[in-house]
Amino acid sequence: MNRPVAAPDTRDIDIERTRLTDALAETWKTPSGIWGALATVDHKIIGRRYIFTAFVFLALGGVLAALMRIQLAQPEARLLGPDRYNQIFTMHGANMMFLFAVPVMEAVAVYLVPLMVGTRNIAFPRLNAFSYWIYLAGGTLLWTAFALDMGPDVGWFAYVPLSGPQYGAGKRADIWAQMITFTEISALAVAVELVVTIFKQRAPGMTLDRIPVFVWAMLVTSFLVIMAMPAIVLESTSLILDRLVGTHFFNPAEGGDVLLWQHLFWFFGHPEVYIIFLPAAGMVSTMIEPFARRPAFGYLGLVMALIATGILAFGLWVHHMFVAGLPRLGDSFFTASSMAIAIPAGIQVFCWLATLWDGRLVFKTPLLFIIGFIVTFVIGGLTGVMVASVPFDTQVHDTYFVVAHFHYVLIGGAVFPLLAAIHYWFPKLTGRMMSEALGQWSFWLIFVGFNATFFPMHILGLEGMPRRVYTYQPDLPWHGLNLFISLSAVILIAGFLLFFINAIRSARVGEVALDNPWDAPTLEWATTSPPPSYNFAMIPVVGSLHPLWDDRDSLAVANGLRTDRRELVVTTLAAAEPQAREASPRNSIWPLWAAIATAIMLIWSIFSPWAVVWGSVPVAVALIGWFWPKGAPEDES
Amino acid sequence: MIRLRRACSSALLAAQLAGCSGNWQSALDASGTSAISLKHLIILIVAVCSLVWMLVMVALIAALWRSRDARPASPEPGRERRLTVAVTGAVVATVLIISTFTIMSFVATRALSVAGRDELTIRVRGLQWWWGLEYIGPDPTSRFETANEIHIPVGRNVRLKLEGLDVIHSFWVPSLAGKQDIVPGRSNELTIRAEHAGIYRGQCAEFCGMQHAHMALLVIAEPQADYDTWAATQRQAAARPTDEETATGLQTFLAKPCAACHTIRGTSAAGTTGPDLTHVGGRRTIAAGLFETTRGSLAAWTADPQTIKPGNNMPMVPLTPDELRAVSAYLASLK
Amino acid sequence: MREKIVLDLAKLPLHGMGTASVTWWGTLAFMLIEGTGFALAIAIYLYLMSLATAWPINAPPPDLLPGTLVTLVLLASLVPNILVSRWAEQQDLRKVRLGMVIMSIVGIVPLVVRVFEFPALKVSWDSNAYGSVVWTLLGLHTTHIITDLVDTLVLAALMVTRHGRNPRRFGDVQDNAMYWNFVVATWLPIYGCIYWLARL
Ligand code: HEA
Ligand code: HEA
Ligand code: HEC
Ligand code: CUA
Ligand SMILES: [Cu+2]
Repeated sequence: MNRPVAAPDTRDIDIERTRLTDALAETWKTPSGIWGALATVDHKIIGRRYIFTAFVFLALGGVLAALMRIQLAQPEARLLGPDRYNQIFTMHGANMMFLFAVPVMEAVAVYLVPLMVGTRNIAFPRLNAFSYWIYLAGGTLLWTAFALDMGPDVGWFAYVPLSGPQYGAGKRADIWAQMITFTEISALAVAVELVVTIFKQRAPGMTLDRIPVFVWAMLVTSFLVIMAMPAIVLESTSLILDRLVGTHFFNPAEGGDVLLWQHLFWFFGHPEVYIIFLPAAGMVSTMIEPFARRPAFGYLGLVMALIATGILAFGLWVHHMFVAGLPRLGDSFFTASSMAIAIPAGIQVFCWLATLWDGRLVFKTPLLFIIGFIVTFVIGGLTGVMVASVPFDTQVHDTYFVVAHFHYVLIGGAVFPLLAAIHYWFPKLTGRMMSEALGQWSFWLIFVGFNATFFPMHILGLEGMPRRVYTYQPDLPWHGLNLFISLSAVILIAGFLLFFINAIRSARVGEVALDNPWDAPTLEWATTSPPPSYNFAMIPVVGSLHPLWDDRDSLAVANGLRTDRRELVVTTLAAAEPQAREASPRNSIWPLWAAIATAIMLIWSIFSPWAVVWGSVPVAVALIGWFWPKGAPEDES
Repeated sequence: MIRLRRACSSALLAAQLAGCSGNWQSALDASGTSAISLKHLIILIVAVCSLVWMLVMVALIAALWRSRDARPASPEPGRERRLTVAVTGAVVATVLIISTFTIMSFVATRALSVAGRDELTIRVRGLQWWWGLEYIGPDPTSRFETANEIHIPVGRNVRLKLEGLDVIHSFWVPSLAGKQDIVPGRSNELTIRAEHAGIYRGQCAEFCGMQHAHMALLVIAEPQADYDTWAATQRQAAARPTDEETATGLQTFLAKPCAACHTIRGTSAAGTTGPDLTHVGGRRTIAAGLFETTRGSLAAWTADPQTIKPGNNMPMVPLTPDELRAVSAYLASLK
Repeated sequence: MREKIVLDLAKLPLHGMGTASVTWWGTLAFMLIEGTGFALAIAIYLYLMSLATAWPINAPPPDLLPGTLVTLVLLASLVPNILVSRWAEQQDLRKVRLGMVIMSIVGIVPLVVRVFEFPALKVSWDSNAYGSVVWTLLGLHTTHIITDLVDTLVLAALMVTRHGRNPRRFGDVQDNAMYWNFVVATWLPIYGCIYWLARL
């Protein structure tokens, strides 16, 4: 292990191309076999895993949605009893929000951000591996509990007292709370990695105004995660304390407060929805360029809109509590702040429209999804503005109108861009193209099915149908629309099914992709499809916002890095001037042990408070193993 | 199953129940003072937003249409400037529209909270999964308890004091007013006023556990005279059994656990876990809007409440067929 | 795509210190997470206090002595802490080793006093919401002392091994010192909250 420090022969200067790539591949490789797979810290492998797992959860959550729609197709249906139904809608909501929507956006970022900023691995790659394992453990916990009839049944925001010690019998609410802890740990970890990657690992020359909009979006999102998630970590912890050791945070009889729960939840919960939406908006701003064949209009406006949304996000939470009985005039302040969100949202929509207006469009599947996104997201945003009005909301709060609103923004506003992104980045992820024909079919099925499913819910809500009801009585006039919705959901599901088939098929037999099949301008397309383990043989040097468009046949790069140790460039925060050739950690199995130890501690603590004491010992041991230097070249300095 | 629509048409108030044939639990079928003004606000905001959406769609379609022409590849300053002007204009329009919405909401909110003098106060308790009602009159003798069915005089302000005892519920009768949560540890209020006589259905709007779906209530708005008659009846103790069957029914009721949970004023039954049954036979529905009240439905409910409304807080009390017949006859006679 | 070399990075150091180090930024990010957590916990305290008719609820205010002692110890610990950080910057291995041992001891003292702090609250976590929130605040801060102490101990051990003589380790020591400053800094508002707000 005693290699000479920085011996000249380990530099990438003046060596033959194949020798260079061979050496890099050796240094950065993930060994084959199970052990290699478990110990890898390659952001691309982990990112792919993350994306795949999130889509599995989408499918599972979709199956639950299908069950709900069958149940609701007719009045007083007996397919699901109230107990099952309540578990199912809670699982659907919690699964979609915590196990699909938030993680999938971070997953895409884990894969893409290092490539887009031109570095070789994400910052803190071992933390990244840990974060994935913890996420997997949280998801497994939730679904195992559901399979054992212990799934949470208190709604995805688990209001007390229903979830409290008195009314939430069994361990169901604890499962909810602990699943939250798992997903928050993993989300926070990824947020830290992304912030540091974006701050410190951008390619030389990638100044603040040359950062791709998607990367900006992930930066803002990561800060939202960092500032919002502690609220729900505190909250789920106090719930467990109330339930397990008899504290009284939420018990009005002993000085606690029921609405404290709602304040804490929505202080997290509102930013949460932008944690889902902002990455999607960033994807659109980035993808629209190759398909309009021009730079996105209004870069500065787009970035400022993201930041403004991020800041405003913390001043809106009360709009989920308009009928909880807070002072009415205080509520009006939150009407104003909620409506103000329409300004940054509008800026983005108008910039996209301007880009399309002035572009020469290429009508491929990703663009179709982007157009579908604009059509539906604006509807969802406008219904958001409607419910932001206090008096309006007193009629539609907790009805299907709100269900319609949030599916329009979540699916139309976030899943459509995500599907566009999958079609768009699929060649980078897998080296193969997705089928264009199947892609267009799935787009139309999803677009039509989606609108037919969710638009009528607005009317149902105004006609008085509350949400979270496992059935309704036949003499209420909701029967026809519900049947229509359930039938339309079949089209929607067929569309998703086709998308899944397309993705699985294309990954195996799709047309082999070029390095830059869409003629896109950002750095991830400067390397091969899929990228090698070290991402870039030489670190790119960036001179503009669209490095690949400025010079279509050569790429400016830097040399001087060592090939025998995992090395990447650390640059300054604003100007991205090189500061150091920093090492990036090697593969390690310790993150997995640490995740297993943490998972055991957290699950055990549902049953006994002592778990926190005894369980933390193996966690500490695993962390020491993780950080203890092994004398690898990466430890040199 | 129940045929509430039919119940409506056969009801005493059939003549005034025009609203009953349409949506009788709908924000769009407004009959309460605040529901009417909310409906106007809703229609206005929805209309403006639809217009905004259509304008966005026009711009989108035009943009897609334009792309058929060949256009120069690189952005050019003149075009960029025109785009900037268009985008800025749209943003300014957005600011104007949302400012208007904000002011409108603010004004409408104030109108909702200053509803004038209240003429009747009702304490509404939201419970898993039924509604306990206590009419608070000017003096203690005019107080009375009932459940699941609120009668109010038309054209009068009625103040509802909403009290949560177990979990959060939400009082919502869309045809009369917007909803208001019932939060344990907090005292919330809502003032409603019906402009027309009619039967308005409402339903708990905050998820409250197993039977959240079956936690409905009726609000019956009737002319003052009818209301007074009804209130007078409610104040009275329960009707005494008139025949042998109902007498047996009462005895069974008192002998079985029923009395531990239910009150029947004028008898020794004084439980408070379940709804007050003093005039249960006179209510249009039982079990929080689940069934039309008939002797049959009372018998079915008593025989097996857990199959009919799984998870609710009334246990199945084993009764012989005779006892069941007697109890249901007695309950049905409590008009 | 053809690569054209425009920049030579060979002269850069193999590791950056301070703001050039990714771990430094990572530590900062974690401090931001935890700082938000502390701020919210204090917000919960203030919120419950604003709802209560009398505060503290059914309990006398906490005893000042142990909490104030902890505060003094923590404040005093800043001196060796900042010194260790400076020695680490100068990469003076001998002094850093000594400093880490001192900091390990200095980390244990407040924990010992903390043991007396909990009973000095004069309320149990399960008597009422006031008890719950002060116990949580104190518990939350205690876990931070413990984690940083464990970190200090491990680093102290590391510094005496062959891995110690490495700028990377000195960076770790500095980050650890920064984190201890954070632990001290967050204690001050919590101290004010638990001990002085309850006396208003
Ligand atoms: C991706 C997720 C996402 C997004 C982006 C949004 C966006 C918005 N949401 Fe939504 N929301 C949710 C997810 C989301 N929401 C979820 C999940 C819930 C329910 C949680 C639950 O109860 O289970 C919810 C609930 C919810 C409520 C509570 C409703 C209730 O429970 O009664 C409110 C109230 O104000 C609200 C408002 C808004 C507003 C004002 C926006 C704005 O950001 C929208 C801004 C966008 C536009 C306005 C369109 C584009 C703009 C233009 C084209 C310019 C022209 C516009 C005008 C002139 C107005 N949302
Ligand atoms: C990103 C988030 C997200 C997504 C994508 C969806 C997707 C869908 N949702 Fe969900 N929904 C929520 C977030 C989301 N939802 C939330 C937060 C709630 C609130 C929960 C609460 O109140 O606590 C909610 C609540 C909710 C309700 C209200 C329940 C109630 O209040 O009682 C309904 C009812 O129709 C519904 C329906 C659907 C449908 C039909 C889809 C469809 O789009 C799903 C389509 C996708 C698939 C079906 C998967 C892919 C298909 C396959 C893998 C093929 C194989 C499948 C079959 C053969 C069935 N959702
Ligand atoms: C442990 C308590 C308990 C016992 C014992 C009990 N009930 Fe009930 N009862 C309830 C509750 C709670 C409800 C409300 C259920 C709901 O709608 O969710 C109820 C509802 C009813 C109703 C419908 C009232 C209305 O206004 O909708 C009737 C009638 C009734 N019970 C009759 C009886 C009879 C008869 C017995 C005895 C054979 C009985 N109950 C025993 C608790 C009880
Ligand atoms: Cu009571 Cu829902
Ligand atoms: Cu919100």
